Amino acid sequence: MTELATTAQAKELHARFYHDVMSMPGGEKIRICQQCGTCTGSCPTSYLMDYGPREVIAAFRAGMIDRVVKSNTIWLCTSCYYCTVRCPAGIKITDLMYELKRLAIKYDLLPKDSKNPALTKYFVKSVHKHGRNHEVELMAKFMATKDPGLALKFAGLGMKLFMAGRLPPLATNIKGRDELNKMAAYLEAEEAKAQ
Amino acid sequence: MKYLYYPGCSAEATGKAYDISTRAMMAKLDVELAELDDWNCCGATSYFSVRELESFAIAARNLAIAQQMGDDELCVICNACYTTLAKTNRYMADDPEVFKAVQGALGAVGRTYDGKVKVRHIMDILVNDVGLEAVTEKVTRRLTGIKVAPYYGCQFSRPMGTFDDPEFPTTMDRFFAALGAEVIDYPSKVKCCGGMMMLTKAEGALHMCHELLKTAQDGGADVIVAACPLCEMNLEAYQPKVNKMYGTSFNIPVMYFTQLAGLALGVEPNKLAIDKQVVSCDRVIAAIPA
Repeated sequence: MTELATTAQAKELHARFYHDVMSMPGGEKIRICQQCGTCTGSCPTSYLMDYGPREVIAAFRAGMIDRVVKSNTIWLCTSCYYCTVRCPAGIKITDLMYELKRLAIKYDLLPKDSKNPALTKYFVKSVHKHGRNHEVELMAKFMATKDPGLALKFAGLGMKLFMAGRLPPLATNIKGRDELNKMAAYLEAEEAKAQ
Repeated sequence: MKYLYYPGCSAEATGKAYDISTRAMMAKLDVELAELDDWNCCGATSYFSVRELESFAIAARNLAIAQQMGDDELCVICNACYTTLAKTNRYMADDPEVFKAVQGALGAVGRTYDGKVKVRHIMDILVNDVGLEAVTEKVTRRLTGIKVAPYYGCQFSRPMGTFDDPEFPTTMDRFFAALGAEVIDYPSKVKCCGGMMMLTKAEGALHMCHELLKTAQDGGADVIVAACPLCEMNLEAYQPKVNKMYGTSFNIPVMYFTQLAGLALGVEPNKLAIDKQVVSCDRVIAAIPA
């Protein structure tokens, strides 16, 4: 494979992506992408992306996956799985997008204008805190830190939903919420051991 | 008939009506639902974006509890929960390393899961276990003349297509036909609503919702029915924003499919939380022949 990645970080991202994809079940199918573009043609958000899903694989082959990791592409994937079910090579493209999101978070390569990474991180925090996602807390925190203007735009709708009892202010805390943290700690320790 | 039941986090908030109407509708069909003890969030799409093995482990905690409760079938109502839990099962079966890691994580909190709980979408149970003939027999108010747009959304049958076709599912069409409704041809029925993108890139999600609403209206739909809390929320609550962006005047009732089916099966509207809808469903209820 041509190795065009120049900086140390680009090389590391390329190696990490390759390693992680190859360890997924069926991950090796990325090798047989024929660049047909069915994924991009099926993607409901490709028109907004810096690189469509087909180009993601092309960029990887060209040693330029770092550009994709830093782009808006991965944060516009809605997990609709159209690309995955239609890919004639059986490549799990949605899972590739998840892998790229994980790399972007891990290496802190988040596009400045994207609000999705913050929402994702708050979601995970809420789950660890309560054991369940408290939608109201998630939305409030997201709006307060990332998009105060959205709070104003959302006010009318928020009031309607609140009046309909669809925005309960209190979270449900499950009994076993410590278990989630313990499982996460276990897996992190295992990963550290393996490296 | 008895199943363990996983409501999902939205069922406690924006999607509360889905949970309430599910319980009421299933009771009319003599299906007993036992809520899973101390269930946790499935992780949804967000968790996969942060850590993969952890996302499988937290989803599997629910499956371990199901196994412990001694039942091997788990009824799930939210499309995203369904796909996440079923995907966890699939990856544990396909990849020994995932299986081992998840087992290890569960073991760290004194739990175990051997991979055998069947994750079932409620629509799968209705069509394949209860059966459409039995459903038809229990109808007390046939939905005659009600034009229904069945909206499946993405993660109903994608990516796995376990009980219905990933590209052209028909179970919800057949279910509402069994209830006597006129199911419209709805070409957008599996297209994406935008999901969480409504919060992070609203114009993209509104664009998708516009198409879904327009094709439903063009097909003459009286009501759109949904099988996912996020889909329902985007399609129903954001109609004013779609109207503002596109100069349209959509005011289409959107219901959880369990609400409309509950009416057909004789559940009182107040037991189906229909008052929680932000677009009034009064004209749909009024149009159902007594």
